Amino acid sequence: MGWLLADSWTVAKRHLLHIRSMPEKLSGVTIQPIVFVFMFAYIFGSAIAVPGGDYRQFLLPGVFVQSMATASASIMAGIVSDMASGVMDRFRSLPMARAAVLIGHTGANLVESGLGIVAMAVCGLIVGWRPELGLAPTLAAFGLLLLFGFAMSWVGVFAGLFLKSSEGAQGLGFVLIMPLTFVANTFVPTGGMPAILRAIANWNPTSAVVTACRQLFGGAVPAAPAWPQVHPVLASLLWCAALVAAFLPLSVWRFRRAMTAR
Amino acid sequence: MATAAIRAEGLAKRFGKTRALDGVDLVVEPGTILGLLGPNGAGKTTIVRILTTLLRPDAGTARVDGFDVVRQGHEVRRRIGLAGQQAAVDEYLTGRANLVMMARLYHMPAASARARADALLEQLGLAAAGDRLVRTYSGGMRRRLDLAASLVAAPPIIFLDEPTTGLDPRSRLDLWAMIEGLARAGTTVLLTTQYLDEADRLAGRIAVIDHGRVVASGTPDDLKRGVGGERIDVRAPDADTLPAVRRAVAAALGTEPTLDPETGRLTAQVADGVAGLRAVVRELDRAGLAVNDLALRRPTLDEVFLALTEREVAS
Ligand SMILES: Nc1ncnc2c1ncn2[C@@H]1O[C@H](COP(=O)(O)OP(=O)(O)O)[C@@H](O)[C@H]1O
Ligand SMILES: [Mg+2]
Repeated sequence: MGWLLADSWTVAKRHLLHIRSMPEKLSGVTIQPIVFVFMFAYIFGSAIAVPGGDYRQFLLPGVFVQSMATASASIMAGIVSDMASGVMDRFRSLPMARAAVLIGHTGANLVESGLGIVAMAVCGLIVGWRPELGLAPTLAAFGLLLLFGFAMSWVGVFAGLFLKSSEGAQGLGFVLIMPLTFVANTFVPTGGMPAILRAIANWNPTSAVVTACRQLFGGAVPAAPAWPQVHPVLASLLWCAALVAAFLPLSVWRFRRAMTAR
Repeated sequence: MATAAIRAEGLAKRFGKTRALDGVDLVVEPGTILGLLGPNGAGKTTIVRILTTLLRPDAGTARVDGFDVVRQGHEVRRRIGLAGQQAAVDEYLTGRANLVMMARLYHMPAASARARADALLEQLGLAAAGDRLVRTYSGGMRRRLDLAASLVAAPPIIFLDEPTTGLDPRSRLDLWAMIEGLARAGTTVLLTTQYLDEADRLAGRIAVIDHGRVVASGTPDDLKRGVGGERIDVRAPDADTLPAVRRAVAAALGTEPTLDPETGRLTAQVADGVAGLRAVVRELDRAGLAVNDLALRRPTLDEVFLALTEREVAS
């Protein structure tokens, strides 16, 4: 297993080289969130009231988190296409550490998420968002975002290992990401939602990370009574740890054993 | 008994209701080429996937270079190269980057990985295209790159699953020459194919696969003898002369030809093709009959299968 790290790095390099040959791969963490920023900041923003605060300050953490979640859809599509094209079979016929195929991929995904955060932060600064509490909390928020992106990428890997076609991946990505990021406090405070949706939204991992970022960047944080909303940083860390602890081993298990059934 | 490069006994595999393999036995001696010949769906890919540790058999055992494919998968993977049915190369990397990645995954140091990639690009005629994205490659170039990828670690045993399917005739010949070169250098090759001429040309031994079973095996000559040598095709110009042509062929060869009603083509088996052809020409001349087509050919794969499966039903 001494080769796990070296092999993961080799695989990660493969995916990072893809950024050069297909830059559109980054659109999910750059163009798409930037469109959301402008759309919500200038179109919907005027109609959404945030108690005691500025909407753009409220919006940016939501968009950051949403784009981290969409990273899981892109990795899922990557896994599905590698399986369909026979590339996975080739990797699995090599004397390499098998888990490295997945770890390298999620590692590269993390780098892409980091590039996306930089792009979004620049865009946010342009529309008037400001991290107000200084360097350390701001970096902590970015760290939390990356952790969430990493955790979500393992969900994407696991789902991808069950799919046969990239159309399926797109459909599932949509079905997974939409409720996760919209039944949440991402774009609107949860206070106005019907009781059931509000309860789901307040316990949604996305909401925990969003609230944590709102606290760390500074600005109005609408009060919500649920435990994860009262302790958002701790809740985010627990959620991410739980997702990784569940989906990393599950994915590796599925990958090791499973394509044997295909 | 020396260790066979590949030895499989009683391999079985089902996918739901489909019985993909139903008791396959194979032996491949080191340094030889075995051709697995069979139509689509016969089970060739399933055999390759089991032998390359990608798939677990439901029953039976297989050893590659003496190592069990289920229990000693890692040892097996250190000794094999696989070029699967699709060219499994990364479209969005250059040809060179693909090979360097493979070499690194075989744990070669960076400098030797680059040197190995260069050498293989050269060897497979891809040196000029090495720095282009694979997306821009032709089908033949992809196949060659895929073959190169399977050769990165110079494995003693390689598996090629339908290596020339979908290639133009020129690329096919190129690839054949490369595969022959490998065998000459001592590599054991197991290749699958749907084409009799390919197995005939490349393989020292052929195993014919149908419905998940080995229905015949032996040298190409054994098999061809088994299915009754060559075929003579004759086509009468019209329906009126057909009976006369048919009688002439039967008289010349001493065997009744079969008629394909759709094309009006008569086909007869002959043990000695050239002598048979002469006899037919003589007989047609004597009867003053003109024909549209007269050809001597090898049995097609369909005919080989038909002959082999009929024999099996009979026995
Ligand atoms: N993953 C799978 N799931 C279901 N059926 C399969 C699977 N793989 C192969 N089969 C079936 O098993 C049989 C043998 O397939 P295969 O080994 O691919 O044949 P070949 O390579 O000779 O064309 C076919 O009937 C095929 O449909
Ligand atoms: Mg096949």
